[in-house]
Amino acid sequence: MSSTTLAMRDSMTMLRRNLLHAKRYPNMTLSVAFIPIFMLLLFVYVFGGAIGKGLATGDYVNFVTPGILMMATMSGSVVVAVSVSVDKTEGIINRFRTMPISRASVMTGQVVGSVIQTMISVVLVTLVALLIGFRPAAGPLGWLGVIGLMLLVAFAITWISAAFGLIAKGAETASNIGLPFQFLPFLGNAIVTPESMPAGLRWFAEYQPFTPIIGTLRALLMGQPVGGQGLVAIAWCLAGAFAGYFWARSAFNRRADS
Amino acid sequence: MPTHAQPAIAVTGLRKSYGDKLVLDGIDLTVPAGTIFSLLGPNGAGKTTAVEILATLKKPDSGEAQVNGFDLARQSDEIRMSIGVTGQFAAVDGYLTGEENLLLMADLNHLSKQEGRRKAAELLERFDLVEAGKKVSTTYSGGMRRRLDLAMTLVGDPRVIFLDEPTTGLDPRSRHTMWQIIRQLVANGTTIFLTTQYLEEADELADRIAVLDHGRIVAEGTAEQLKRRIPGGHVSLRFADPRALRAGELALRAAGEVSADEDALTLQVPNDGSFRALRALIDRLDGAAVEVEELSVHTPDLDDVFFALTGHPHDSQKDALR
Ligand SMILES: Nc1ncnc2c1ncn2[C@@H]1O[C@H](COP(=O)(O)OP(=O)(O)OP(=O)(O)O)[C@@H](O)[C@H]1O
Ligand SMILES: [Mg+2]
Repeated sequence: MSSTTLAMRDSMTMLRRNLLHAKRYPNMTLSVAFIPIFMLLLFVYVFGGAIGKGLATGDYVNFVTPGILMMATMSGSVVVAVSVSVDKTEGIINRFRTMPISRASVMTGQVVGSVIQTMISVVLVTLVALLIGFRPAAGPLGWLGVIGLMLLVAFAITWISAAFGLIAKGAETASNIGLPFQFLPFLGNAIVTPESMPAGLRWFAEYQPFTPIIGTLRALLMGQPVGGQGLVAIAWCLAGAFAGYFWARSAFNRRADS
Repeated sequence: MPTHAQPAIAVTGLRKSYGDKLVLDGIDLTVPAGTIFSLLGPNGAGKTTAVEILATLKKPDSGEAQVNGFDLARQSDEIRMSIGVTGQFAAVDGYLTGEENLLLMADLNHLSKQEGRRKAAELLERFDLVEAGKKVSTTYSGGMRRRLDLAMTLVGDPRVIFLDEPTTGLDPRSRHTMWQIIRQLVANGTTIFLTTQYLEEADELADRIAVLDHGRIVAEGTAEQLKRRIPGGHVSLRFADPRALRAGELALRAAGEVSADEDALTLQVPNDGSFRALRALIDRLDGAAVEVEELSVHTPDLDDVFFALTGHPHDSQKDALR
């Protein structure tokens, strides 16, 4: 077998291991979905009346759901930081390192497993949104775009989160280190349009990565033209995914060469 | 199969420091294939560091090493394919059952599904983990986890196995079980590189022993050779009072050098502990009508070796289980 086939096979093994963990301890996946669902209900039913009026963009649930989906992706990525850092303390990564397996496979398995879990929670959030009145207007192509974009975002954030998990001292730190970033979508167009913010914040909101990403997602879901922000969104995702991947890889290898 | 001409492990001039702390200060070792080699040393001697370097986990600062004939610097993948490592701290997946852990190893060793299942079942049986195999390994006792850890190492049929303190923290019974397992492995031709801080363990298992102290190998040889490097055995005699002690000293001085401890009321007399030598000693004491409270025979063990070689007592001497 070629080394690529072996690497694929090892990654699949690692993925199976990761999904076995998730199956054995489903609480993690569920709690990850619970927070965005809670946020969704909170924003639609509690704040929605007040915020929605000021936005004049139609039904508020249609506006806020893409933002909440992004938060679900963010909170899903915490899983990988925790599982990577737990592995580190368990010493199992050291065992993997002494075996003739593709080194990247350990990380790949974790990241792909975490992305799958994230997608499950994204689907759960979408279902709840549909239940409470979310009415997307996307055609088949639009949905394809939505799925593609969500996967791309999830991979980017998950690789970055995996790197956090590798550099964190322990599982606790690993889950907290990404916490500030969880709020990043709030400082953009997840909940409200940036126009309503004070000048400095508005400037930040307009240029931070989540604004074009959420904007694109919203346009795709509502069947509106995506415009230039689509390319910006994809560029941010690719940049994030590559940066996260190489950062994680170097953090992983650095431990080997100490 | 390695030939006998080719050692399983050959190390020359291995050095490693962390920052300005020198941990391994030029180590030379040769381990013939199919033998047990023990690296013996107290806490912080550098045992784990040596294992981690040979197991491709860490890079040495300088020096050369071959494992199974493969060069450490250039052929780490080949080395990984031929070794198994059970580290000082159990490296099992706590979220998986014992059986799933073994199947994971089978997959990573690229065994077929069927072969993997057969191997896992066989190892669970051999390591007395059949029942526990269905349980998540976080629920295991320390001894069970160590056994599972070693079983995982064996899935890939490694030719050389590194065991870093395999029995530390085990009760005497589990320790004997582990010793038995290790002996079986060697009987099947596997080479074992074992670290331990228990002198008794090295004595029990190893064909050759290297004593590591502060990153240097201060002695190497068989247990017998090491024991021969220190003064022979002696007999310790305890007396009821100083008068009897002096009488005993007087009676035995003619036969050789005697050292007395006035406070403990004891005499130490060189003696190899054989029946004849003991009878001669007792006859001599009887002849002088000296009353002895207690007699104990002391044959040299590796604790004496350690003390003689390093000039400081072994740290675990006090708490070693015996
Ligand atoms: N990553 C590291 N960074 C700095 N110092 C280290 C590191 N790893 C080990 N050391 C130091 O190197 C020395 C040798 O450590 P090592 O773990 O090899 O000892 P050991 O013989 O295995 O001890 P023990 O019996 O306690 O397991 C110790 O003084 C330790 O503090
Ligand atoms: Mg150690």
